Amino acid sequence: MSASKVIQAYYNDDDVLMHAVKKVKAGKHHIEEVYCPFPVHGLDKAMGLAPTRIAITSFLYGCVGLTVAIVMMNYIMIEDWPQDIGGKPSFSYIENMPAFVPIMFELTVFFAAHLMVITFYLRSRLWPFKKAENPDVRTTDDHFVMEIEVHGNENELKELLADTGAVEINISEKNSH
Amino acid sequence: MYTISNRLKIASFILMAVGLLGIGIGFVSAPSTVEEAKAMVEAHDDGHGGAHGEEATHMTTDTREKVTPSAEGHGEESHAMDHDEHLLHQLQNKPWAALYVAAFFFFMIALGVLAFYAVQRAAQAGWSPLLFRVMEGITAYMVPGGIIVFVILVLSVLHMNHLFVWMDAEVVAHDKLLQGKAGYLNPVFFLIRAAIFLGGWILYREYSRKLSLKQDESDDNSSFKMNFRISAAFLVFYLISESMMSWDWIMSVDPHWFSTLFGWYIFASMFVSGITVIAMVTIYLKSKGYLEQVNDSHIHDLAKFMFGISIFWTYLWFSQFMLIWYSNIPEEVTYYVTRIADYNLPFFGMVAMNFVFPLLLLMNSDYKRINWFVIMAGIVILAGHYLDIFNAIMPATVGDQWFIGIPEIGAILFFAGLFIFWVFRALATQPLQPKRNPFIEESKHFHY
Repeated sequence: MSASKVIQAYYNDDDVLMHAVKKVKAGKHHIEEVYCPFPVHGLDKAMGLAPTRIAITSFLYGCVGLTVAIVMMNYIMIEDWPQDIGGKPSFSYIENMPAFVPIMFELTVFFAAHLMVITFYLRSRLWPFKKAENPDVRTTDDHFVMEIEVHGNENELKELLADTGAVEINISEKNSH
Repeated sequence: MYTISNRLKIASFILMAVGLLGIGIGFVSAPSTVEEAKAMVEAHDDGHGGAHGEEATHMTTDTREKVTPSAEGHGEESHAMDHDEHLLHQLQNKPWAALYVAAFFFFMIALGVLAFYAVQRAAQAGWSPLLFRVMEGITAYMVPGGIIVFVILVLSVLHMNHLFVWMDAEVVAHDKLLQGKAGYLNPVFFLIRAAIFLGGWILYREYSRKLSLKQDESDDNSSFKMNFRISAAFLVFYLISESMMSWDWIMSVDPHWFSTLFGWYIFASMFVSGITVIAMVTIYLKSKGYLEQVNDSHIHDLAKFMFGISIFWTYLWFSQFMLIWYSNIPEEVTYYVTRIADYNLPFFGMVAMNFVFPLLLLMNSDYKRINWFVIMAGIVILAGHYLDIFNAIMPATVGDQWFIGIPEIGAILFFAGLFIFWVFRALATQPLQPKRNPFIEESKHFHY
């Protein structure tokens, strides 16, 4: 837990923000974080963030769900107690499969959706009693904040950010996580 | 301006010539007497052992045949004669059914593209105007394709073949069920309906194309607005006519069977085939250096449609199958009994080709942007939907005598050649990029 200084540049327009991000990136400064009230299209690309892999996890969770459905129905309906229910053939899984497809489908979707959402919460550290992290309440309404770590280049950064059309520039101490 | 390359022209002519030869061989080698038919089946059975032949003689006659109550002594004999005649009809139907399946398949691609085109116009989609000329080029096949299908239907009404058993007055006379349906399923009304459907579709196609070209030269948007209105109206007409067309042209080969979602099922099949062909033609034209403004995102969108509508098709296929399988009511389940017994591989194979294959190949976002990947998936989807129509028509017309041999492949090649020739000829008549469609700028800069 080392305290470090960060510089916070405020913007009130997403277009200006995008240009600022590109300029700061071009100046080889590391952008710690950008706080936005709404998704800004293309911001992740401009910041050079790695693409998300959440779709891949979702596919794998779906495979798990499908497996759970097949194993469950096969055990219950075919192996454990293969009753004759209304003449449906419970001699093998494949013979009675059409009746299981709705369950297979729903469980695949259920696992894929819910586990993906939980993965999202875990990876983005979101839970009910979590302390909000936004540096300024205005970032949830109409302001954008770009946060850059300061390594003794305070004035240079200030100048650069003022050039990009920042409406306010603050420097604050921050505990890095 | 696109010009059809000589190689493509020659290739399409070769396809047509080889296809015609195959179709001709099919018709020449069809048996004309019961004896010939029996000899053909026996020759075929020798290769597979006698078990099949024995089984076939025990098979009960199809319900469509007149069941003659006879004295005990003659029962066996007349049963055997009925069986032989049935076999003859099946073998005689083979080249006709092969021709009909291929003719309908290629026509339905053009019709599916037309529906997609109308949806794009009615929805005022911003990404697709760059592809409008490609779609219009493909729907040009509506005219020759529709005429050929119509001619085959007329020939059926004229008793040149036994594709539609309800057209046979002799059969209807002994069939209470068909008599009950005669108000709808009668040859004259059947042809009138077919003419109305085809007329409506072709009328929209030609008029919309005309408006689309007029919009390029005009200085206001009145043609564009008119096109929007007629596209919305066409979609209403299309949904009704397409549903009835599927009852008429496809479901009625099994006139004892009916299914309520059949129309949507056939629609999904033609829609996904049409979208696939749009993607393939677009990729081809782009690879030749035309359609410079079309980018990977357009292909990505088309591939998404291929993926989504493939799953939609599967949903309808399964809904129809599962409902009938589950309740197992004898009067409707025969449809699937014959298919699973005699068409096991094509029946389940098409589900793999139309569902599992596109599901796994086109799920990844990056793969949808790789052109050769989309082409490969497209070929499998098209083959799968040919099999879909094959599975719909063949069991009722040729029964267990089906085979994908010279008549079937010949018919596919002939119509493929005709389709390619006609579509690319139409593409060469006008510039491939609309000039002043209100959405053309958006479409040029479309990215996903």
